[in-house]
Amino acid sequence: MPRVLLIEDDAAVRDGVSLALRRRGHEVAAAASGEEGLEVLPGFRPDIVLLDLMLPGKDGFEVCRLIRAERQLPIIMLTARGDDLDVVLGLEAGADDYIVKPARGEVLEARMRAVLRRTALPADGTPAAAEPGPAPVETYGELAIDRAGLVVGKGGQDLALAPSEMKLLLFLSATPGQVFSRQQLLEHVWEHSYHGDARLVDACVMRLRTKIEDTPRSPRYVQTVRGFGYRFGPL
Amino acid sequence: MPALPRLRTGNPQLLRGLRARLVVGFLVVAALSALTTALLTYQEARNAILQRSQDIAVNDLRAQVNSLAPELPVPPAQADLDSLRVQLERSGKSRDWDISVHYSGARDSGDGSLRGDVVIPGGLKASVEKRHVPAFQRVDRGGDPWLLIGMPVRQSDGRASALTVYAQLPLNAEESNVEALVSAAQRGALPVLVLTVVLALLAARGVLRPVRGLRQAAGRIAEGKLDTRLEVKGADEIADLSRTFNDMAARLEESMAELRRLESNSRRFVADVSHELRTPLAAMTAVTDVLDEDADALDPDTASAVRLISQETGKLARMVEDLMEVSRFDAGAAALHLDEVDVGETIRKTLQARAWQKRVTAQLPADVRAGLDPRRLDVVVANLVGNALHHGGEPVRVRLHAPEPGAGRLLIEISDSGPGIDPEVLPHVFERFYKADSARARSEGSGLGLAIAMENVRLHGGSMRAANSPEGGAVFTVDLPLRHEEAGEPAPDASADPPDDEARTAGGPAADDERDGVRSGAGKETHA
Repeated sequence: MPRVLLIEDDAAVRDGVSLALRRRGHEVAAAASGEEGLEVLPGFRPDIVLLDLMLPGKDGFEVCRLIRAERQLPIIMLTARGDDLDVVLGLEAGADDYIVKPARGEVLEARMRAVLRRTALPADGTPAAAEPGPAPVETYGELAIDRAGLVVGKGGQDLALAPSEMKLLLFLSATPGQVFSRQQLLEHVWEHSYHGDARLVDACVMRLRTKIEDTPRSPRYVQTVRGFGYRFGPL
Repeated sequence: MPALPRLRTGNPQLLRGLRARLVVGFLVVAALSALTTALLTYQEARNAILQRSQDIAVNDLRAQVNSLAPELPVPPAQADLDSLRVQLERSGKSRDWDISVHYSGARDSGDGSLRGDVVIPGGLKASVEKRHVPAFQRVDRGGDPWLLIGMPVRQSDGRASALTVYAQLPLNAEESNVEALVSAAQRGALPVLVLTVVLALLAARGVLRPVRGLRQAAGRIAEGKLDTRLEVKGADEIADLSRTFNDMAARLEESMAELRRLESNSRRFVADVSHELRTPLAAMTAVTDVLDEDADALDPDTASAVRLISQETGKLARMVEDLMEVSRFDAGAAALHLDEVDVGETIRKTLQARAWQKRVTAQLPADVRAGLDPRRLDVVVANLVGNALHHGGEPVRVRLHAPEPGAGRLLIEISDSGPGIDPEVLPHVFERFYKADSARARSEGSGLGLAIAMENVRLHGGSMRAANSPEGGAVFTVDLPLRHEEAGEPAPDASADPPDDEARTAGGPAADDERDGVRSGAGKETHA
């Protein structure tokens, strides 16, 4: 069962969410502030972080960035506001998904499972996202993608990709040149309820570009097809 | 001069504008004054000219007669009379006199009478021959003016004699003088009228420019730019008007600002309240599963209480969610996240997500593609279908009408087989918190579902109608454009560079959307 680190300042919510997750068999560590959460993190070694955005002291965005700077573990934001800005900033800070409060235990569970599935190494060494490529390491321009090892390199350097960025890149590069709508990407990469949120896709594409493109403003690898969606290449 | 068109604003083609009316007014005044002046001048001048030539002619004739008549023997023979006539005519050569001389008692000789068989008018004859006073009269013959003079000749002792002299002479020269006057007046009238038009246009411009400024300013105010002010120049009526206008605009701006402040305060209040409610609700909602699972193991009373709390917590959470959504719409902070979707597929997923496939007959043609916000479409369809299932009656039908070729709109029709909607209620169904009957007041949902659905449709630039079908049952029709018109310039944020221009106007949460009266059959909220 996944180990969950919950960072939430409101005691009632912390207790409620912890209770709900424990009942579902998760091991939960709860922190009341971002600082506390960052302290607990190395010792607890969670599989996933549930992070409230509205925190005293270091806010959720900053905590998210600090975690991302060191590790590529999945982060789900808990937000009390569905406001655009909040969500977009959180996604830009590197979160993989977000849940709007209030949420039932089973919703939390479903979201966490989806994100974990996205990032888990496939049991049989082949990614679940698409047909395995012919070669163990595929090369596109300066990008080297190792589907089995879930490693992406650029010019010989391994890139640190967040779980959703990795999954998105693997999915798009499996069929270079094919255009996917944001809706399709949401369903395949995020396993979102289909009326999920295109902002997840846009924010993730933007983050991915800053890592793999030479000039993120005129992307080579992940291209925008205006009015339709995104595609990988053609180079 | 042609008949003037009636000076009424109701005359649409002519004289609609102030300018035209001013010009016409000026023209009328100028023409009237020119005409009057010309007429009076003409009359006066004509009279003066003719008067003078008459006087001269009469005096001349009198002088001639006075110098010649004494030499006449009394009674004169016809020959004497003729020679008098000839002499008189000769003396009046320059004037082209035509003389006839009468001696009462003597029959007029044929060539003694006036040329052209002029009959001396009776009045003239009478005054000359009965009252023995000289008389003259202007007559018109064949369009030419002539002067007739009758002159009784007095004897040297002053008594009237039987001798009368008649003369006629043409006044052509004088007439042409007068005509020259007239044509001069005519020639002068045209430039005057042209000048009048120019002056009228100038005057009109002087009046109209401020009026135009006023109109533009009023237009800007109407567009909502309440900070519009006019420049006040001078101290005339226009300046007064501008000042008054500015005062009005300032008052309007103040009261609007006040209204906006109050409105935004109340909006913020709603948003704040909803937001504050969320945190406790988040804690409660997280544990409702636990309550539901364990309720069976408790004693019946406690179990009922626990289930009730769980159920009502869910309701409260949805209501707060709806309130948040409404406050976002009210704040104009609802954003469309447009995506290219297969509409039929989207609707099918809405039904699947709530386990309604079995309860709803769907006619969803394939390959109807449109650019819309799938999350919002889901909210709309889920709400309408949920309402149809709860308040209408099964079977419920969802029909997607593929747009006609070339038409940029699609229709989604949701009909039920229930009793239909009370006609009195029909106009209010989309109002917030409108409850059709008090019995239903606490039955389902927040009372905001249809209002939110309507806002979502409007955000897409579409419309929604509620009606009762002839076969019974309510029919809700959603009319959506295939493409949102507001897609303006590409998003400036090229770093994000999303594939669709997002029509910014609020973003809903990607929260679960179980709206009004919508409980999925399985009683569970699906999120993935």
